[in-house]
Amino acid sequence: MRRLYGPAGWSAIGAAVLVMAILPHFLSSYWVTLIGKIMCYAIVAVALDLIWGYCGILSLGHGLFFALGGYAMGMYLMRQIGREGQYQSDLPDFMVFLDWKSFPWQWWNSDHFGWCALLVVVVPGLLAFAFGYLAFRSRVKGVYFSIITQALTFAAMLLFFRNATGFGGNNGFTDFKRILGFTVTSPETRAALFMVTGATLLGTLLLARWIVTSKLGRVLTAIRDAESRASFCGYNTVHYKVAVFTLSAVICGIAGALYVPQVGIINPSEMSPANSIEIAIWVAVGGRGTLIGPILGAGVVNGAKSFFTQAFPEYWLYFLGAIFILATLFLPQGIAGLAQKLGRGRA
Amino acid sequence: MAWRWERAAIAALLVCVAAPAAAIDKDAVAKLGFGDSDEKIAAMGALVKEGDPRAIEVLKALADGNLQTAGERVFIQRDDDVLDAVTGEKVESPPEDRDDVVANNRIRAAVGDALAGLRILSPERAKRLAAAKELTGGADPAMLPLLQRALAAEKDPEIRSLLEVATAAMELKTGDKAQRLAAIRRLGASTSPASRTMLAAAANAPDADPEVRAEATKGLAAVEGRLAWGERLGLAFAGVSLGSILLLAALGLAITYGLMGVINMAHGELIMIGAYTTYVVQNLFRAWAPGAFDWYVLAAVPASFAVSAAVGMLLERLVIRWLYGRPLETLLATWGISLVLIQTVRTIFGAQNVQVENPAFMSGGVQALSNLVLPWNRIVIIFFAAAVLVAMGLLLSRTRLGLFVRGVTQNRAMASCVGVPTARVDTYAFGLGSGIAGLAGCALSQLGNVGPDLGQGYIVDSFMVVVFGGVGQLAGTVYAALTLGFANKLLEDWSGAVIAKIAVLVFIIIFIQRRPQGMFALKGRAVEA
Repeated sequence: MRRLYGPAGWSAIGAAVLVMAILPHFLSSYWVTLIGKIMCYAIVAVALDLIWGYCGILSLGHGLFFALGGYAMGMYLMRQIGREGQYQSDLPDFMVFLDWKSFPWQWWNSDHFGWCALLVVVVPGLLAFAFGYLAFRSRVKGVYFSIITQALTFAAMLLFFRNATGFGGNNGFTDFKRILGFTVTSPETRAALFMVTGATLLGTLLLARWIVTSKLGRVLTAIRDAESRASFCGYNTVHYKVAVFTLSAVICGIAGALYVPQVGIINPSEMSPANSIEIAIWVAVGGRGTLIGPILGAGVVNGAKSFFTQAFPEYWLYFLGAIFILATLFLPQGIAGLAQKLGRGRA
Repeated sequence: MAWRWERAAIAALLVCVAAPAAAIDKDAVAKLGFGDSDEKIAAMGALVKEGDPRAIEVLKALADGNLQTAGERVFIQRDDDVLDAVTGEKVESPPEDRDDVVANNRIRAAVGDALAGLRILSPERAKRLAAAKELTGGADPAMLPLLQRALAAEKDPEIRSLLEVATAAMELKTGDKAQRLAAIRRLGASTSPASRTMLAAAANAPDADPEVRAEATKGLAAVEGRLAWGERLGLAFAGVSLGSILLLAALGLAITYGLMGVINMAHGELIMIGAYTTYVVQNLFRAWAPGAFDWYVLAAVPASFAVSAAVGMLLERLVIRWLYGRPLETLLATWGISLVLIQTVRTIFGAQNVQVENPAFMSGGVQALSNLVLPWNRIVIIFFAAAVLVAMGLLLSRTRLGLFVRGVTQNRAMASCVGVPTARVDTYAFGLGSGIAGLAGCALSQLGNVGPDLGQGYIVDSFMVVVFGGVGQLAGTVYAALTLGFANKLLEDWSGAVIAKIAVLVFIIIFIQRRPQGMFALKGRAVEA
């Protein structure tokens, strides 16, 4: 088995840990939130890269798993508001507004952090397992798979838009007050969330690196390049694909759970097909099949988004559209691939 | 005067029934001027019952705020003249301190009913029909004698049935038990949704006679049985209509994706461009040829095809051509294109929806049954979709271009070897698919709002239709569009629109798992390639 990283790689990771531990103490809360948010996106990008870059499965439904994790965390945060809502009721404001008298079954036990943390992992995981098993078993692949994952997230978005589903309809959850007893908006909590997110990102990166350098990773790459050949060699490709797809969904759920307390809102528009396609472009811009690339891609695209939507809101879609077109036409290996090529050219 | 015919009609009627009144009821007019709301409404009933030609004049003046009082007398202000409300003669030196008679909302509604009651005697069929429809909605029981007179004189079966319902409704409210039972029997024999509402109310009225209630329940069942047919047919029509829309939206995709294998996420935006082209053509007609405005649709059909096809061919040449054989990259690049197109349209036309007006021959509808109206625009679109389908089928099966497209689809290398210019065929085929998307946009603009996000709503649906029907199968696309249209409308009737949509999506997802090649799978070795 190969080593995870060489000495240079480990020192870079060590430096990143240091920077992330110090950074939140020097930045304004705007920047802490923005960078924390982008790190959540980067986690999702690594998760998507794991299945797209290494296993050739392009899911256009990863926004769904992200949002499900976010909703699970959001339920806990809603319960933590307690009686400080607008209506001073034990129930969240939207339920009072709908004239509900008690919590629906989905909210069972949701005032326990442990239970919600379990849901963050289990709900996206189970959905991905069931969906992936059915899809991969009947050999749905390539573009077909992309389109039906898109339909899945679209259907889920419609479902969550309904008030009767019990998750706040199109307003979703917002106005959070505290998490684990700490005030959500205080600088200390923000810094802590920032560091937890950073640690999760590093953990995800190391996990993904461990997978792609292991024998499992070799099988995944084999499936990507020649699925029939891999199965003729005796590998049950369905099991590998379901396993990595489920893992990827779970990571997305965790990213969503970290995202919600930092951003302070979760609503069904997170599940819109457009959001999920955007995740794919972070990976494509950064470079598929490299793990550091998607992190760069998520950073570059979302950094540009924050800049454009403030400075020139009307040009943001032009820019995003141009990235989609140019990255696919001229940067098939993304930024990471470009950097490698330049580095090799110099050496 | 707009109501001159009304005077004539009522004058004629008065001759017929030999009514003695030449002058208007003085007491009623006085009450109209000085009484409180209840007295005013009672006075209106009296005026209408008499059917005096000048009653309309007085009532209109009341509704328009032109009725005035001074001392004991009531006046009507008309332009610069002042008329005596009782005699209708011009007053030479009217008193200066005239007060307006105030009409509140209740009075206005009562005046509306009363005027409808008088209009029911109009010689024009359309006006009588409109008045009868207004009256079936519920009117003052005081007008019952007037309606009975109108019913006796009415010849038109449609208006007669409406009037029967209206009079029955009044008798149901005010009559004695025998009258009520007779009214219920008449309502039970009708086929209007209004009589269903009234029978349901009578059947559930807590304080009513049990015999009356039993009769009403029986009548209700009979009416519902008859109305059920209209509802079933309405559902079927809605299903065909939605199916034709899905078919139009998906036909273009059936060429670009089904035949060429290009995942065009900008397909919805090509539809949107077709709709905006229709909007532009409409505005050009309005500005330069307002007389021929109704025919703008005929110009918009080729225009929307041409514009969308041109945009599509441009995209194929500039972007998609370089991505053949890399479907996932094509998907991402065309998504980028769709974002750029949306923003471009927003910059040119604004983010707000724009209005596309139906031409006269496409507005309104056919009254197929008493509770079933088929809108013309939907009927036209069903035939339009069928025409586009036939044209496309002929193009693919009978023309040289169609032959080339099929050849390139089946075996690109071999087609190229025998001299088919495959690159140019790709461009044309993509242009054809895009042009059909433009036609879909032209059709959609006749149904609802046109906005920059129009296409986004159709992209998931149209992919579902193509995938469900089986890629590369035009017939499959047709069946899939109609099946999904029907399924959606049936479920919608049963569970509401959102749940229906979710159920259909989940159904397709599961269906694809069971039959990954769609309803109509290609057989043979090509499948695995």
